[in-house]
Amino acid sequence: MNSAYYPIAVFFAAIFTNNILLTNYLGMCSFLSVSRELKTSVGLGIAVTFVMASTTVLNWLAYTYILIPFGLFYLRYIVFIIIIAAFVQLVEMIIERTSEGLYAALGIFLPLITVNCAILGVSLFMVIRDYSLLTSFFFGLGSGLGWFLAILAMAGIRQKLVKAKVPAGLEGAGITLIIAGIMALAFMGFSGMITIS
Amino acid sequence: MISKRMKKTFLTPLGKENPVFVQILGICSTLAVTNKLENTVVMTLGVLFTTMFSSFTLSLIRKFIPSRIRMIVETMVIATFVIIVDIVLKAYIPDVWKQLGPYVGLIITNCIIMGRAEAFALNNTPGLSLIDGLASGIGYSYVLLIIAFFRELLGTGTLWGVQILGDWWVNWSIMIMPPGAFFMLAIFIWIVKETFMTEKKEASNE
Repeated sequence: MNSAYYPIAVFFAAIFTNNILLTNYLGMCSFLSVSRELKTSVGLGIAVTFVMASTTVLNWLAYTYILIPFGLFYLRYIVFIIIIAAFVQLVEMIIERTSEGLYAALGIFLPLITVNCAILGVSLFMVIRDYSLLTSFFFGLGSGLGWFLAILAMAGIRQKLVKAKVPAGLEGAGITLIIAGIMALAFMGFSGMITIS
Repeated sequence: MISKRMKKTFLTPLGKENPVFVQILGICSTLAVTNKLENTVVMTLGVLFTTMFSSFTLSLIRKFIPSRIRMIVETMVIATFVIIVDIVLKAYIPDVWKQLGPYVGLIITNCIIMGRAEAFALNNTPGLSLIDGLASGIGYSYVLLIIAFFRELLGTGTLWGVQILGDWWVNWSIMIMPPGAFFMLAIFIWIVKETFMTEKKEASNE
């Protein structure tokens, strides 16, 4: 598919029909541990979206202009993870120097992001699906927003859930997984609206 | 030859401190492939190999790693072993490799491997770290294998691609779709916690 609308289709598909968290289970660790409060999940959501969109582009450039010409396809894991780690470190340093407010809000989430599987996952999906630069950017942005949406919804539900009586064995991770399952069911309602290869 | 400490190192991650249902770590990369038993076996073997050897390697070089950059060193070592897994799978079982897609690479970000390196390998001898890595890997694998067993059996009526349940069986297609994995894992954690907690209660009553 080479239509001009393809990047836009990928963008919406990444948010709704192919949500990185609910259909690919990526980023579960931080999803389960940080979704207790609305405020922190907003912070993490913004940070993930930003890093995901930026690193997808950086990794695309590195992949297309360095790894492929030199035949270093097999090194992609190491290169991607280093680029992600370096980028996160850089962003942390920049916002620490320039904006105190932003650092207070996002600073603690940034180190968490390096090990967020969703970030690396998006770059790997991008390579497998052979996206163009523009499509990759929209894919990264869409996946980030999709993840943001999922963690926001989960935090909202969990804040209400505090008052509910949950069977003792299901408290914490158990009930969160069940809610995630129901959310995944709800998101399946979107399937068929947009199809991407 | 087997000291008490080795035995303890081996047994703790299998039960009491199982990484999956006690700490809910590292399910991201593998949960996605639990809809087929075959893929899960390959994937868990990959995780097992990586956990074992990255713990071992990091423990060997633990005295030379400056603590400020230890995270990146850990990541590099783990990534190296994942690349080995990736190349081996691609060469010997390309079909499975294709199905696993990006998930082989995602072993790098599996929190268990990094967690074991941080918590154990950097403070213990290589031999013990190898055992710890092996045990954590097994503790992780069997949970996922149980989940994959039920998902494939209930979802398609097959195991390892072989029809097990007869014509009377109506496939629960939800099981092989994404929500199925969430529900299965939640039910599994519930059962384990429920049994574990009643034991603890009885112990405290005595």
